[in-house]
Amino acid sequence: MASSMFLAQRRWFLSLPRNLSNARFFSALPSEHPVSVSGPQNNVGPESNKFEKASSAPSSLKEPELAKWDSEGPFKPLHKMNPTRLAFLRSTLCRHFRKDPLSARPFEGLRFIDVGCGGGILSEPLARMGATVTGIDAIEKNIKIARLHANLDPTTSTIEYCCTTAEKLVEEQRKFDAVIALEVIEHVADAAEFCKSLSALTAHEGATVVSTINRSMRSYATAIVAAEYLLQWLPKGTHQWSSFLTPEELTMILKRAGVDVKEMAGFVYNPLTGRWSLSDDISVNFIAYGTKEK
Amino acid sequence: MNRIICCNNRIFATKAGSNVYRLRIPWRPLSNDAAPLLSSQNAGNPEKESEAKQYDIAIVGGGMVGLALACSLASRPLTRHLNVAIIDSNPALGRKHFIKKEDLPDPRVSTITPATISFFKDIGAWQFVEQHRHAYFDKMQVWDYTGLSYAKYNARDADKEVLGCVVENKVLLSSLLSRVQETDLPKKIYPSRLNSMSILPNSSSSEVDSTLSMTALFTHGRLAKLELEDGNSLYAKLVVGADGGKSRVRELAGFRTTGWNYSQNAIICTVEHDVENHCAWQRFLPSGPLALLPIGDKFSNIVWTMSPKESSEFKSITEDNFLKAVNRALDYGYGPHPTPSILGSSDLFSWLKGGISKSANDCFEIPPKVIKLASERMAFPLSLRHANDYASKRVALIGDAAHTVHPLAGQGVNLGFGDASTLSSVISEGIAVGADIGEVSLLKKYEADRKPANVMMMAVLDGFQKAYSVDFGPLNILRAAAFHGAHHISPLKKSIISYASGETRLPLFA
Repeated sequence: MASSMFLAQRRWFLSLPRNLSNARFFSALPSEHPVSVSGPQNNVGPESNKFEKASSAPSSLKEPELAKWDSEGPFKPLHKMNPTRLAFLRSTLCRHFRKDPLSARPFEGLRFIDVGCGGGILSEPLARMGATVTGIDAIEKNIKIARLHANLDPTTSTIEYCCTTAEKLVEEQRKFDAVIALEVIEHVADAAEFCKSLSALTAHEGATVVSTINRSMRSYATAIVAAEYLLQWLPKGTHQWSSFLTPEELTMILKRAGVDVKEMAGFVYNPLTGRWSLSDDISVNFIAYGTKEK
Repeated sequence: MNRIICCNNRIFATKAGSNVYRLRIPWRPLSNDAAPLLSSQNAGNPEKESEAKQYDIAIVGGGMVGLALACSLASRPLTRHLNVAIIDSNPALGRKHFIKKEDLPDPRVSTITPATISFFKDIGAWQFVEQHRHAYFDKMQVWDYTGLSYAKYNARDADKEVLGCVVENKVLLSSLLSRVQETDLPKKIYPSRLNSMSILPNSSSSEVDSTLSMTALFTHGRLAKLELEDGNSLYAKLVVGADGGKSRVRELAGFRTTGWNYSQNAIICTVEHDVENHCAWQRFLPSGPLALLPIGDKFSNIVWTMSPKESSEFKSITEDNFLKAVNRALDYGYGPHPTPSILGSSDLFSWLKGGISKSANDCFEIPPKVIKLASERMAFPLSLRHANDYASKRVALIGDAAHTVHPLAGQGVNLGFGDASTLSSVISEGIAVGADIGEVSLLKKYEADRKPANVMMMAVLDGFQKAYSVDFGPLNILRAAAFHGAHHISPLKKSIISYASGETRLPLFA
């Protein structure tokens, strides 16, 4: 066992970091990563992976469905990152749609879609900011949880949740002013096709926002080794380092899909304060905002 | 009754969410013994139940700090539309102007630091304070009974214009009230007291299209329910406890506190001089400090800390005897005047960086004589109390409800105003990212900002209080040396002034 791991490491050192195919270490759970883009078994959100693990792990929680919404529970890192992602969305989208950033509900009248919404942790704050939100996820259970949670607040009960995929919505010819897919693209098999769907869903002069994890030395150390193995923030195997995209690659496939990336920012975690913040450092988590010209 | 509160202590004192599911204790409304009476009243008035309104924030306690929070929310663009309920049974809140210019100064005053003055200017309430009696002071003299040393502070040492401003509490209250009435913050004042409060743990409804009634939202933990003594009920997303040292909200929400009573009482009264007073004087006497603060128009405020026995004695003696005692305490009583030659002159410190402060060469002065008593003497006990947490699900504590301190440095209400300012900025940030304002994670940001600063200030004040309560030769000399150092070492003096003015959060680390 040890010797095979050692051999795997040697192979990694020989191949370039940008090699998309091979470096699959610690691929402990092959069944969790199906290759097709469409289909009900697709894991389009990290939340869905975590959810499966959370329900199977012995839990002292009485209502496991609410584990996703428990800000101190297994989804704590996501809850902690959420305000930072929302701050970026608010600032770029207010500027894009020329809305007053000092208004409490700046996105009034705009249609947003949250692709891979999971339990709705992003959809609800966007609805509170005034947007007409549609949340989609390929896992029915996530949609159920999201609906139950959102129904309990008059401002979020108007969110439309559907258990579907981006491709299906493209077929239905739906259009949205802003298409937001955060922490999703690293879980799909064909990133280029996914970006084409995102672009097709974006209305004319709309915005597309994608966030993911960079494929770099640092992200391997933090997002895989630290997050999955040392700190155990995420279940092992949540992410495949080889399927991470670098900012350049993401920009390129978005450009090919018709979306011009205008701004990019990174999320940085400060272990001393336990807080995430926006920064210019895109070496681990980064978010890209692009516009669709035509 | 205690057992119910203890059970609920565990529910609310732990972090919201997962832990609650482990406890199989059924929730019970947190109420006092008057609750059964209340429910029978309500049973007779079914219409009152349906009149219960929903608010975004319910501020329990319409005192200086509670109203400051309301003004601060009204002045921020993201929070100015929030629906706010203010619960306080003080009838003054319903009146327009309750201060007459001819009134003698009230003995209940507060020393406002420059940081608080700029907070008041930001929220637009300082203009109202300026219309009433208020007294800026730019000089301060501190010495003790041993006569070994003294320290004089001048605002110009720290390149400022004033060290602070002394304002009567009723002036602050009426200014904040006028300001909040003037803004278009949607608000309602409930002239009653809080009787009971219930907050349920988060849960989801089992049906998909549940009704969005307030009771349903409350049952699922999205709203807190407050019941008032006059029978009204209201719901709120966030309950702010600004109801003072004996906070009902703190008790009902089960926050634990740490603290102790100082075996000291403070006597406060207003006195008159025959000259104007522009300096703040404080002399540490064996049983506690005596402070003389200018209020304006030749009046000053006295805060005299002493043992409870002495305080009842001083409260009951005649006015003349009391004035004589005050003058004696400020002058030759208890010990000699400090003379500069005892511990060396300022040349000793000239080798230190920063040179000599401008006021280091100021001589010791005797405070102006007190000629008349202008108000009754009031006494109240002093204690230190600090809530272990400032925030839990849907509840936040600000002001004296979160912390009570010794008045010896005039910091108490300034800490409260700092809390109000931080809480309103945290709420504003929460709204910017579309959060639910009653979420624990958001409220904990407020706690993480204020708790260290408040605890540090309390430790400093407590340290002073303890250092001055012992009359022991070597310790006296040490204290005198500290005075001397503070008086002559310019950077230290600047640091002290800065910290006391509320500009820096930590002493000595500029």
